Amino acid sequence: MRYESPATTKEAVALLAKEKGEAHVLAGGTDLLVRMKSGLTEPALVVDIKRIPDMTTIKTTQSGFKIGAAVSGAQLSDHKALCKAWPGVVEATNLIGSDQIQGRATMVGNLCNASPAADSVPAMIAAGAKAVIVGKGKRRTVPVEKVVTGPGTTSLKRGEVIEAITLPKPAKRTGDAYLRFTPRTEMDIAVVGVGISLSIERGVVKKAKVCLGAVAPTAIVVPGAARALVGSKLDDKALDKLAAACSRACNPIDDKRGTAAYRTRVAGVLARRAAKIAYQRAGGAA
Amino acid sequence: MAHDNSYTGQKFEVVGNRFLRPDGVDKVTGRARYGADANAPGQLVGLVLRSPHAHAIIKKIDTSRAEKMPGVKAVITSEDLPDLTGGDAGMAQTLENCMARGRAMYDGHAVAAVAAVDRQTAKKALQAIKVTYKKLPHVTDVDEAMKPNAPVLHPWLFTAGVDPKPEKPSNVISRTQMGHGDPEAGFAEADVIVEKSYKTEQTHQGYIEPHACLASVTPDGQAELWVTTQGPFTYRSVCATLLGLDIAKLKVTSSEIGGGFGGKTHVWVEPLALALSRKANRPVKLVMTRDEVFRATGPTASTSIDVKIGAKKNGTITGATLELRYQGGAFVGMPWAQLACMTGFACYDIKNQRSVGWDVVVNRPKVAAYRAPSAPMAAYAVESTLDMVAEEIGMDPVNLRLKNVAKEGAQAPYGPIYGPIGIEAALKAVKKHPHMKAKLKKGQGRGVACGFWFNIGGQTCVDLNIGTDGTVNLAVGTVDVGGARASMGMIAAEELGISYDDIKVVVADTASLGHNDTTEGSRGTFSSGMATIFAARDAINVLKERAAKMLDVPVEDIAWEKGEAKAVGKRYSNLPKLSLKEIARKSPNTGGPIAGHNEVVADGAGMGFAAHIVDVEVDEETGLSKILRYTVVQDAGKAIHPDYVEGQMQGAAVQGIGWALNEEYVYGKDGRLENPGFLDYRIPVASDLPFIDTKILEIPNPNHPYGIRGVGETSIVPPLGAIGNAIANATGVRMTHAPMSPVRVLDALDEAAGMDQKVSAG
Repeated sequence: MRYESPATTKEAVALLAKEKGEAHVLAGGTDLLVRMKSGLTEPALVVDIKRIPDMTTIKTTQSGFKIGAAVSGAQLSDHKALCKAWPGVVEATNLIGSDQIQGRATMVGNLCNASPAADSVPAMIAAGAKAVIVGKGKRRTVPVEKVVTGPGTTSLKRGEVIEAITLPKPAKRTGDAYLRFTPRTEMDIAVVGVGISLSIERGVVKKAKVCLGAVAPTAIVVPGAARALVGSKLDDKALDKLAAACSRACNPIDDKRGTAAYRTRVAGVLARRAAKIAYQRAGGAA
Repeated sequence: MAHDNSYTGQKFEVVGNRFLRPDGVDKVTGRARYGADANAPGQLVGLVLRSPHAHAIIKKIDTSRAEKMPGVKAVITSEDLPDLTGGDAGMAQTLENCMARGRAMYDGHAVAAVAAVDRQTAKKALQAIKVTYKKLPHVTDVDEAMKPNAPVLHPWLFTAGVDPKPEKPSNVISRTQMGHGDPEAGFAEADVIVEKSYKTEQTHQGYIEPHACLASVTPDGQAELWVTTQGPFTYRSVCATLLGLDIAKLKVTSSEIGGGFGGKTHVWVEPLALALSRKANRPVKLVMTRDEVFRATGPTASTSIDVKIGAKKNGTITGATLELRYQGGAFVGMPWAQLACMTGFACYDIKNQRSVGWDVVVNRPKVAAYRAPSAPMAAYAVESTLDMVAEEIGMDPVNLRLKNVAKEGAQAPYGPIYGPIGIEAALKAVKKHPHMKAKLKKGQGRGVACGFWFNIGGQTCVDLNIGTDGTVNLAVGTVDVGGARASMGMIAAEELGISYDDIKVVVADTASLGHNDTTEGSRGTFSSGMATIFAARDAINVLKERAAKMLDVPVEDIAWEKGEAKAVGKRYSNLPKLSLKEIARKSPNTGGPIAGHNEVVADGAGMGFAAHIVDVEVDEETGLSKILRYTVVQDAGKAIHPDYVEGQMQGAAVQGIGWALNEEYVYGKDGRLENPGFLDYRIPVASDLPFIDTKILEIPNPNHPYGIRGVGETSIVPPLGAIGNAIANATGVRMTHAPMSPVRVLDALDEAAGMDQKVSAG
């Protein structure tokens, strides 16, 4: 196995493009190293991106935030402006693993690991996050929901890496939230995850985006759930509709972590709770 | 020499203090050496190939390719472990569990092993071994395994304890019955009768340190084994038998132990490491992965239990019966259901009672002891049903328990009459505890439950050696799983009358001491404590002799007080007192080294009783239960080092909480374990738990000079029942299946609300 730690995105892309065997990008390593140690993967090349300055910083831009691919969960929670703008995204990322893991784990790693249960992903999608993808001589920006194509698979082509995640500057009176269900308080994998962002005017929801995790092969955006909220003041009727829409959208599996029926039910429960938090964060009266 | 082990009520100077732990520095700095931390020149890496099938005939194992690989030094199968057990059926089952003999009996059963120069080579060698299996029907559920049409695991297994003797083999090993009085007559007298059935899933001890050893066998028949174990002497005798070694020529050294809880009382990979080393003629280090630990060591039984309790309106229990079905894995081991029969009703004085146990084999790993083995499941069923009885007759559940509580003179379910025991005191302490008065909010509930464990004594042997500076080495043969070194040091200091800091305790290897039974059954402090007292007194006799010589007075006139020898009598008033240090310093000239020794079969272990209080909050939309507050009350007889005693009470309670809420083996339809790792086998993490409050009671064990009772196990017994009772109190719904996981609780809430569809059904 070869280990490389390039100083620029361009070099990283070149290394990955050239490699004929199995190649992996190493960000925090909290998924990759575990897979390597347990023998699930034996890469020929590992490209560590933590020495690439562009990938290790959070930039505040005119249009919002640009978060490098190697930025850890701990860095996110230290960034006051980001926490204020998108608390749901930061909280979702901070749910991954333990404190020790937070020192290493990254949103982009969480995304590219392509687990249906990734915590940061529904929150990013709900917040309108985009992935900046760099390939050989090319650069494209796509919505985060276009990255994962199924359990363990992404739309990234050979030689492409995600350099950063962008988050928009939130519109006035916008709030987001992410909730997940796990039997344990931490060190656990989401049985259901719900990310919601919404904007309000005079207490009325004007815009909303709802994304579910762990209930389908990929995180799923639920337009019907957003429609249930828009135009409401988050009354019980709207919340009932939201819960029903979320449960309807679920297409989960039965496994050791939860049955399909349980996931379907709890998706609705968590959606109601997350919507209330987002609404409050947007300045709506509880 | 016979010693008087009666409780004397002596006053203590050292015992009862909270000294710093002697292994603390090593453990927090990473210097402590665990099972995987020993290395030897030329050592190889051992790995084990395991069956992916729950039940299969092994038609052929082709090791030829692996054997030819460069760097591979030995490949073994069952052919390298001939059966030397000489008709000892239990030992033969242990051998077969260590390595399959023609048939894989469970997912994870070892079928071959390799030793190679490094891990990568060993892994490649495992992949190169070709095993041809023929799959057989399997069964993993205890109730299914008992059905007449279940696949039979062992054609030679005929149920014992039933009349007439069965003509056909089955998966039922044995039926056990115990009790007294006439339960049917008791039920006829009852005003209310509650009957309920329960299930508990299989749990693992979950020790953080996996099994690990370094084995070295030389061609002249000598061998050494460095290993993480609770019982180096037991490992020695078992391994010697299985490999045909002389007991004295196999030296077993126990490493520091990262948790055992019963799981390190049995051998798993150690005989394989020795066999590999013998074949390769090199030392072999073998460390299990977590996956292997879950699939192929000894978890506790999963069970199915029926309870029936009848009571009068005034609370008197008139009759009670228990039917207990326990699966012990694929092999015949300990009679786990029998242990459950002995413990189920042990907290109560029930005149008419009967417990029937069924021990059953299934295609799962061979069950081992897990902290008060078999008792928590029976207690879950009994304590839950008792709360239902209390509700039926409109009585406070603690008062119902107190009304029927076992006291001195009551008869235990398994026959003996109790001496002084602590369950009444524990329940009274519960009643008075501020926890019982704390207000609960909506969605919150409180539960109380009791627990019993026998505790054992057994063979123990210690050596005490006094250095020429007066500091003392104490060598014990019981492994330090919960503070043995601190406690034994304190006991020796107490007896000798010296400072605790002047004592260094070591856990000796098997070549240095006589046989010590395994550290299990909460026996360490009780039995080694007893031997330490007698060894110290033995040394004091020598000290007195030396002092007599130094002072030139008859030894009969020397008394030992507070660490000093003193000539007693008016005519000696001019003579100085001699401290232990002074006597030790002169020892080279007064007769040589000063030592004390004791070997004993410690009889009269004091029974352990506990009562727990728990507050739970149930999220009725998700079924999630959160532990808000937890209090343990337990009788320790005498707490030698209260920190460790509290630690045992807290640790046991936490393991019980994990079992009550989330821990379980999940088997797929294919009979394979689906969650062999800590991610999906959910032991509680720190943030899942409140501070576990403790209250130590000290009701002396009359059969120990200090009144010691074992404390390690009892407190894993009440949590399942206590939490089930708290959930019922919070929601009005009775849980009958542990763990009471969110899915199961939501199901039960749905059912109570009249909904048909089960969320657990997918």
